[in-house]
Amino acid sequence: MTTISASVKQIYEWLEDVKDPEIPVLSLVDLGVISNVEIDGDKVSIELTPTFAGCPAMEYMKNEVIEKLKSKGIPKVEATISFRVPWSSEFISEKGKKALKQYGFAPPPSNKLFTELEILENAICPRCEGTDTEMKSPFGPTLCRSLYYCHDCKEAFEQFKPL
Amino acid sequence: MEKLPLKELLYKMADDQLIIGHRNSEWTGFGPLLEEDIAFSSMAQDKIGHSLALYTILHELGESDPDTVAFTRNANQFHNSIFTELPNQEYDFSLVRHFLYDTAEALRFELLTNSTCEPLAQVARKVRGELRYHTLHAKTWLKQLGSATEESVGRLQKSLEQAMPYALGMFEESPYENEIIEAGIFEGEKKLKELWMAKVEETISQTSLHLPDWKIVQPITGGRIGKHTEHLQPLLDEMSEVFRIDPGAEW
Repeated sequence: MTTISASVKQIYEWLEDVKDPEIPVLSLVDLGVISNVEIDGDKVSIELTPTFAGCPAMEYMKNEVIEKLKSKGIPKVEATISFRVPWSSEFISEKGKKALKQYGFAPPPSNKLFTELEILENAICPRCEGTDTEMKSPFGPTLCRSLYYCHDCKEAFEQFKPL
Repeated sequence: MEKLPLKELLYKMADDQLIIGHRNSEWTGFGPLLEEDIAFSSMAQDKIGHSLALYTILHELGESDPDTVAFTRNANQFHNSIFTELPNQEYDFSLVRHFLYDTAEALRFELLTNSTCEPLAQVARKVRGELRYHTLHAKTWLKQLGSATEESVGRLQKSLEQAMPYALGMFEESPYENEIIEAGIFEGEKKLKELWMAKVEETISQTSLHLPDWKIVQPITGGRIGKHTEHLQPLLDEMSEVFRIDPGAEW
């Protein structure tokens, strides 16, 4: 039986190349959806945890993970979607938050800051850093984004939802 | 423990999410405001995602795969509460149902985060966070419109009275109620109803609306045992139309 020479760290590095199809600057690793990587003999098992249960991109992400690892010479790749570790916006890395901001999204605030969603009004505008902002709707173009308006620069923007 | 009580619980929850999800999706393109259009469409997507997660647990317990279960049963094989299948009617009714249903739904999943059925507890712990956005949405609009103009208050009041017997039907008890409670799977419909009534009272008291007297409202039940109104079958026909044309299609 052949064994894989790559380490778990190496696998994570390769998975940095797989991006969220709806936010192509954000890797699955930085998004925090890779909840486990295991190497067993010639097989690599990847567990993904969905951002939102109804996220239509999960199957796509799963297939991209398999493709990527196969292209790196891993003979057997198994990818599963699991709720074992419920995803939280806290899982988004600092690098991921920066990427979101550069792409024009307000990164999610730490979800430790609020217990009631009523005080979610205060997002910081990713364009002008303005704080005079208003939530227009907790629902946006995808399940993980909400709609805001900045009264400082008079522009609408989106926030990646805290969860 | 027999699998039947657990399956019954999973089916009624999954069917509720699927059917209310479909009704929410009927607002796509018709919302009174663009933001409302997006909100109901997003909640539809969330809820159908929740139904998929629950049907997946059922599949692991030996039931057919989620697509087959969702798209090939007839109305009398569905366990959703009648409340979820009622047509959307005007926005006031949809909003009142959204508030009453989602309040119960959020509490149900909250209770299930401690379930001894670990796959169900995992789904509940996931879904809980998502539902905070749904209940926030419902409460925000109910409080605004429930204290706004004579017309908005009047419409919501009328819808509230129309909805309440159906809303109470959500808590129709299962024949396995005791087994489910004793096995620590779910704390039961009575407990859920109590928590729900308190939450509903709390929000309604912050509006100009008034609740009908709980004691005189007669719950409309039957949904949990497959007895539905004439509104469910047309919904299922529409929902499964594409699937039935080519059940083996690859997407």
